[in-house]
Amino acid sequence: MKQKLRHQLGDQASQSASSYLYADIYLTLASKDQGLIVVTMRDLEIKGMVSAHAIIASSIFIATVMPLFFVEKFSVYGTHMVWLYSVSGSVAVVNITIFWLLGISPPTKKHTLGYKVSRLLRSCLYFILSCLLFHAVVVLYGAPLLESALETFSLAVLLSSLTTVRCLCVLGPNVPAWIRVLSRDGAMSVWDTSLQITTACSVIGAWLGAFPIPLDWDRPWQVWPISCSLGATFGYLTGLVIAPTWIHWHRKQLTYKSK
Amino acid sequence: MKHCAAKIKIQDESFRSSGGAPDRKYKLIQNPGPSLRAGGDHADRCPQGGLCFRAQRAAEHAVHTEPGGARSLAQLRGQSTAPHGHHAPHQGADHRQDPWLHRRGDESELARPAGGQPPLAGPGSGKRIIFYGDDTWVRLFPKLFMEHDGTTSFFVSDYTEVDNNVTRHLDGTLKREDWDVLILHYLGLDHIGHLSGPHSSLVGPKLLEMDDVLKKIHSSLVSRETEGSLPSLLVLCGDHGMSETGSHGGSSEPETNTPLVLISSAFKRKVGMEKPAVVEQVDVLPTLALGLGLPISQNSVGRLIQPVFQETSLRDQLRFLHLNSFQLSCLLRDSTPAFQKEEGYEQFHMAEKTHGNWMKLYLEGNASEVLSSIGKKVLKQYMEALKAMSSSLSKQLGKYDLYSMIVGMILLLQVLLLLLLVMPEALSGSAEVELPLAASLLSLPFFLLCLLCSSAHVLVCTSAHSSCYLCDLPWGVVLAAIVFSSGLLCVLLSLLGQKLAPGARPSAKSSSDAGLSELDVLLVVGTLGYVVSLASSSFIEEEHQTWYFLLNTLCLAVFQDVCRKYFRERRGPGDDASYLSSREDSSPSPAPVAELGVGSRKWLKLATPLLTLVCCRLLRSLNQTGVQWAHLPDLSHWLNSWDHKAELSLLAAASLVLIFVLVQRRCSLVSKMALGLGLLGVYSYRAAVGNVLFPWQTNSTDISKGTVEARFVYIFVLGILFTGAKDLLRSQVIVTDSRLKSRGLWEVYSGMVLLCALLFRPHNLPVLACSLLIQTAMAQLIWKELQYDAAQTTIMHYWFGQAFFYFQGNSNNIATIDISAGFVGLESYVEIPAVFLTAFSTYAGPLLWACHLVCFLSSAQDRCPASVGHGCYCFALLRSIPTVAYIVLVTALRYHLFIWSVFSPKLLYEATHTLVTTAVCVFFTAMDQSHTASSRF
Repeated sequence: MKQKLRHQLGDQASQSASSYLYADIYLTLASKDQGLIVVTMRDLEIKGMVSAHAIIASSIFIATVMPLFFVEKFSVYGTHMVWLYSVSGSVAVVNITIFWLLGISPPTKKHTLGYKVSRLLRSCLYFILSCLLFHAVVVLYGAPLLESALETFSLAVLLSSLTTVRCLCVLGPNVPAWIRVLSRDGAMSVWDTSLQITTACSVIGAWLGAFPIPLDWDRPWQVWPISCSLGATFGYLTGLVIAPTWIHWHRKQLTYKSK
Repeated sequence: MKHCAAKIKIQDESFRSSGGAPDRKYKLIQNPGPSLRAGGDHADRCPQGGLCFRAQRAAEHAVHTEPGGARSLAQLRGQSTAPHGHHAPHQGADHRQDPWLHRRGDESELARPAGGQPPLAGPGSGKRIIFYGDDTWVRLFPKLFMEHDGTTSFFVSDYTEVDNNVTRHLDGTLKREDWDVLILHYLGLDHIGHLSGPHSSLVGPKLLEMDDVLKKIHSSLVSRETEGSLPSLLVLCGDHGMSETGSHGGSSEPETNTPLVLISSAFKRKVGMEKPAVVEQVDVLPTLALGLGLPISQNSVGRLIQPVFQETSLRDQLRFLHLNSFQLSCLLRDSTPAFQKEEGYEQFHMAEKTHGNWMKLYLEGNASEVLSSIGKKVLKQYMEALKAMSSSLSKQLGKYDLYSMIVGMILLLQVLLLLLLVMPEALSGSAEVELPLAASLLSLPFFLLCLLCSSAHVLVCTSAHSSCYLCDLPWGVVLAAIVFSSGLLCVLLSLLGQKLAPGARPSAKSSSDAGLSELDVLLVVGTLGYVVSLASSSFIEEEHQTWYFLLNTLCLAVFQDVCRKYFRERRGPGDDASYLSSREDSSPSPAPVAELGVGSRKWLKLATPLLTLVCCRLLRSLNQTGVQWAHLPDLSHWLNSWDHKAELSLLAAASLVLIFVLVQRRCSLVSKMALGLGLLGVYSYRAAVGNVLFPWQTNSTDISKGTVEARFVYIFVLGILFTGAKDLLRSQVIVTDSRLKSRGLWEVYSGMVLLCALLFRPHNLPVLACSLLIQTAMAQLIWKELQYDAAQTTIMHYWFGQAFFYFQGNSNNIATIDISAGFVGLESYVEIPAVFLTAFSTYAGPLLWACHLVCFLSSAQDRCPASVGHGCYCFALLRSIPTVAYIVLVTALRYHLFIWSVFSPKLLYEATHTLVTTAVCVFFTAMDQSHTASSRF
């Protein structure tokens, strides 16, 4: 029984090196109560997630405010591209830093420099591919093909940095894992669930953001792609809030299958 | 700059607002937005001694055929200050056609002495009018002008000649003395707007040119004014504004706002600028009429613009106000039964009394402070009375037959509730619903309800003042409606009782709790979201965007479903195997793709949603529709231009070949040949009409009506339809053969496809080809294989049908209906075929998809016998929910500014669509009946 439990926990913990440290302690402390262990460990993870998400959210706010000091006549509507790239850049950087610091990233099998470089290159490739994919999807949704292609691509970059960067951080450049996590019951850790939630929220936010475009209100935020990028950002922020809350709410029901 | 793109036609239809046209509603819009100041652009140059206003017009009708309302200058040389009793004798112009000189019917009423003033007795027509400009005026008022030179207004690309044609007369005319009114209608600016929008570089020079014209007229008028002569009035206004795209006819603020400038030496010189006041466009008519000393048109609802008369004596001002209020009060009296209770009417009588007192004092020679203070009081009273009467008259123009509307709404709601209540039974395995008809029709509440409704109807009809549709109906029809409605209500109540009875249906719950997939969520949310979006006029104008958006999302959801099937379930080997075997069992007619290996089939399945997405994206750019982006260049414009005829021919030919390939595979040999010949006939018809080229036919000068070719195709259409009907009948009456039946259905479907191919314009043939391609791919690879149930398939078909309605180039505007389809193969206009063909070609998309749904579901009937019934139910429900919601919304929004320009055309479309859907559902039911009959047999 204990063996099995250790095996299970070890698998779970292998997702996060930090929790790996605790795993043994918990096992010795409370091996009689499986539920308690899982819940306690999950509480710690949720706390980590809350702080990580708070940092990411504040980085978005900083990215909105900071260009005021560097760019003349900066405004979210007026110089939308600047805002967009500042937000996507900061989200990407902060995400990478946090997940690297937390050690959420999947354990690498080899530690050679070449392998790491190839991983990095593959990650970059995946990021660019995801930008192109998002661009294609947005064009299929009716964005003009040639006219304002830069705006469309910028939206794709923003969406990629809100969704793909996190995928890359949590799962690495590993397509089967992505497909597993992004299908319905494929989450194997708390971080997978939060990834699912934030990704879905960003995409749904961008989707909802397209709705005000046909309205004849003539507002500055109805200009392509402002409403969509704002929608995506707000969706992402909502996802950052919802993910820990939802996991906390359902922490007793959540059971993750091992690989 | 663009707003001062002032367009003027002093005389617009709105001035002749007829009391008999309740569909015109004037609404005062107090909305100081950014365009407000823009309206004052021209006011910046408003010369001293002038008055600047912003004129607002009410929303135009959706079917606004006004050709080129553009900038024009109307210049009146008349009595800016009409002295009492000065009346030119009336010369017989046609009053009905002459909005300026329209005489009141009961002139003698006006002659009633009020305050001792001499009455304005004689009709003061006989003005000599010269007109230069848009020839629409000349066609509208053929005998009115002493001299005219009309310019054709339909060559929108010409913006110099149209104006030069007006200006060239100016020098000569201004020197002459033999006219009273000169009307100049400049079209150039409007044409520039239509051509290249308000930000065009052509606008600036054009406005400078117009300024020069204005200067010329003004200086000439000033120079000819001698001592003692009456001052002239120069009126500059526009009949509509310009949207961001340069078009007009909608109801947006920049489209309905125009500047109004009055220049005359009769006005006080002003120093500096002031913010222009806002006046209604209908107010121009009474102002000009009174200024010229003419009676106000009988049905005018405007009130005079008071600042114009500020320089006249108080006595004159009061007189003018009295005349205008009297005209409005007469109009109010004729149109409202309870006119005496109207606030404005009472105020008018008060003012009249005070006015009489004032006149008495005035005639006694009293010149004290008291006189002027009483005078000011009278003025104020008159203004208030005018305002109240004018607004109550405007409100009346938008009066609705609320009783009939509510009764209709109740009937619709009952039907919808019935549909919703029977949902569990209708979607159950047997798809049979039993209505407790006999029990409720023989109950006491039913008879009581009938009695109650009848008495309510009698009560409403006897107390109604205005005409009411329901009250005018014959008694038999009303009684039938009452019986139907009360019967329905009783049935509904008893059904509700059954549902709410404890423990009545425990099994129904469990099936609905099976869990919704993302696709189900999307289908439900999309349908409901669409219903909600109908409340917004923009979403109605741009409804195609909603459907394209939903369709795209649907395709992505289907793609995700396919991906999940292939990438996730591969892990469970047993699951996969059972899935494969079940699929092989359920493919009775092996398609060509089935021969390929499972691997390539998998990739084909993955590619199908993507192919659909790409097709939809291409079709979307084929016809740019809606309002906001309708001006953007699209593929159909490119294809239809003269020098791309070869490309169009190639595309049409390719589409026809694709149509043949896709449709023929399930037809019998005879229909196959008929289809092929018919499609050839379609191409030769288009070649004969001159749309496309034959490769060997180099000169396409001989353009005929193509009647022979079109009738040739009609014969094949009828032949194919006949074969299909024969097969259907045989499969039902003689032998119950499901294969014969599905072939018959398919033949009916291919007959419709051939008719569509004939009626569609050549650039729309790719729409037809793509729809067939998507139908084939989805049916072969997605719907059957992923085992979507009948309800899901129906909703998807409905969404595709809606999207294809817009892919064809339709919109919710009446103007996009292609009426040329009604003349294909006809020598002249014959009503019934023309209406049928136009309706068919307009609703071709939804119809073809519905027809395909019947074919698909009845071929799947072997697996799930109730699928046709489910499909029919879902189809009816999908149409009724938006229709009922829309009717409720429109009733609630009946005073909305855009009710006539946006909401009512959509209502017509909804009604026609519901009619089409009813026909489809009847067809469905016929198919289902035969199935149940044969299964029992």
